[in-house]
Amino acid sequence: MVLYARRRIANGLIMTLSVVATAFGLLWLVLVLWTLLWNGVAAITPALFSQMTPPPGSAGGLLNAIFGSVVMTLIATLIGTPTGILAGTFLAEYSRGSRFGEVVRFINDILLSAPSIIVGLFVYEIMVVNMGHFSAWAGAVALAIIVIPVVVRTTEDMLNLVPDTLREAASALGAPKWKVIVMVSYRAAIQGMVTGVMLAVARIAGETAPLLFTALNNQFWSTDLNAPMANLPVVIFQFAMSPYADWQVLAWGGALLITITVLFLNIGARALASWGTFKQ
Amino acid sequence: MSPATARQVMPLSPPNSRATDAEPASRQKVLIRNVDFFYGTFKALKNVTMPLHDKRVTAFIGPSGCGKSTLIRVLNRIYELYPGHRAAGEVIIDGENILSPGVDLNLLRARIGMVFQKPTPFPMSIYDNIAFGIRLYEKLSHHELDERVESALRRAALWDEVKDKLRQSGLGLSGGQQQRLCIARAVAVQPEILLLDEPASALDPLSTQRIEELIAELKADYCIAIVTHNMQQAARSSDYTAFMYLGELIEFDETERIFTHPKQKHTEDYITGRFG
Repeated sequence: MVLYARRRIANGLIMTLSVVATAFGLLWLVLVLWTLLWNGVAAITPALFSQMTPPPGSAGGLLNAIFGSVVMTLIATLIGTPTGILAGTFLAEYSRGSRFGEVVRFINDILLSAPSIIVGLFVYEIMVVNMGHFSAWAGAVALAIIVIPVVVRTTEDMLNLVPDTLREAASALGAPKWKVIVMVSYRAAIQGMVTGVMLAVARIAGETAPLLFTALNNQFWSTDLNAPMANLPVVIFQFAMSPYADWQVLAWGGALLITITVLFLNIGARALASWGTFKQ
Repeated sequence: MSPATARQVMPLSPPNSRATDAEPASRQKVLIRNVDFFYGTFKALKNVTMPLHDKRVTAFIGPSGCGKSTLIRVLNRIYELYPGHRAAGEVIIDGENILSPGVDLNLLRARIGMVFQKPTPFPMSIYDNIAFGIRLYEKLSHHELDERVESALRRAALWDEVKDKLRQSGLGLSGGQQQRLCIARAVAVQPEILLLDEPASALDPLSTQRIEELIAELKADYCIAIVTHNMQQAARSSDYTAFMYLGELIEFDETERIFTHPKQKHTEDYITGRFG
């Protein structure tokens, strides 16, 4: 009886601690979102989407930064997705049990957790220095380097979930390996792979460090990929640190915009993933 | 009463002697000669030698891990998908040793259909599941392809159940239907040999019966090898039976003789349920 009572107390204690820890974690998340909403909603105006970033002390919008972020994210995704999917395919389908595959997987995992500022410095060194100026291309390449390991990892994981019997069945019909991969493995894993790409996009949407050294910023409207380009994270960085109230409001607005985008990308990825499992 | 249903009624007395009398003489389609198989260093098959006859069903029985699945996986060299799996010896199909290095694996597999224990519909429509294999080898017009898909589904006794939903996913079918879809997919490429690796072990009795009826019908055109855990199934649906144990072929004979007068004590013990 004493033993039983002790167990009950221990159980209650552990449960309370877990609940408190969860509440503590959630509290900060809620505070962050609340502060963001509180300060950011006021900045979400038509002007935000139609005007350029203003000089200090005057009103304006974030159109050039939004455009720059979209363009660089898009290019990074276009570079990173095929590369990542092909590399993930190599790991899951071609390098089974090989030493080389193990090494590539290990290096990819390191790249996956590499600090993004290192990626920014790397691209600065190989592109910006050699070209002699900051550019949108450099920004897009830096973001692509962040996309690749994420897509490699998710592609490999999703392909590993495809049962080998399915590959055997296709091979037993006489299908060559590339056809087995494209027609059967990819089809079986497509939802997970798309989810991975969406998560990668969500990840780079808010990256600041790699863009600081590469795309830098641009106060004006520019579609030249060989020139510095405005983008939301760096604009937020610059405007939030400034003493000007107009800039600070715009920074809040931009922050809210990125958060909402990332939130929807994550929700979309989740919905897609669970839709996939339901269909099975 | 069809021969298939007669077999259901008399599970342990295979009517094969009668059936064989009525059927044309069979010729040897495959000769497995001195085949060894290795999973890395583990030797899973030890010097197996036996024939497979055309237009006959050969059943492989034996306890789990005896090598029966391994043996039929040698016949289409599907084991080569995995590094470290290796076969030695000869498998002669119509005079050609298919284990020799020069053999084109895809062409070989086109001649040999395979159905697995767990149904393996591809994540595509019912129609595309069947058309997948056909498209690998032939460039057909829409009309011809439609016909081939229909005839394959009819052969697998699935047409009536799916004719109105050919564009729906193959994953939406029941387990038994999925397995018949896989059989249809295998026969759609018009192979010469069918390998069935425990095709009914994941199915309910009714679906199992349908699969067995199907095997009885398909026998007229193919050389069929079936791995089964179910002794009644072997007795009902096969003409020849091979009993394997620990990687060795213990006994191979006409099914009726294996089940009534086995030569080996080991075989008798297994089929009477004394071990296994």
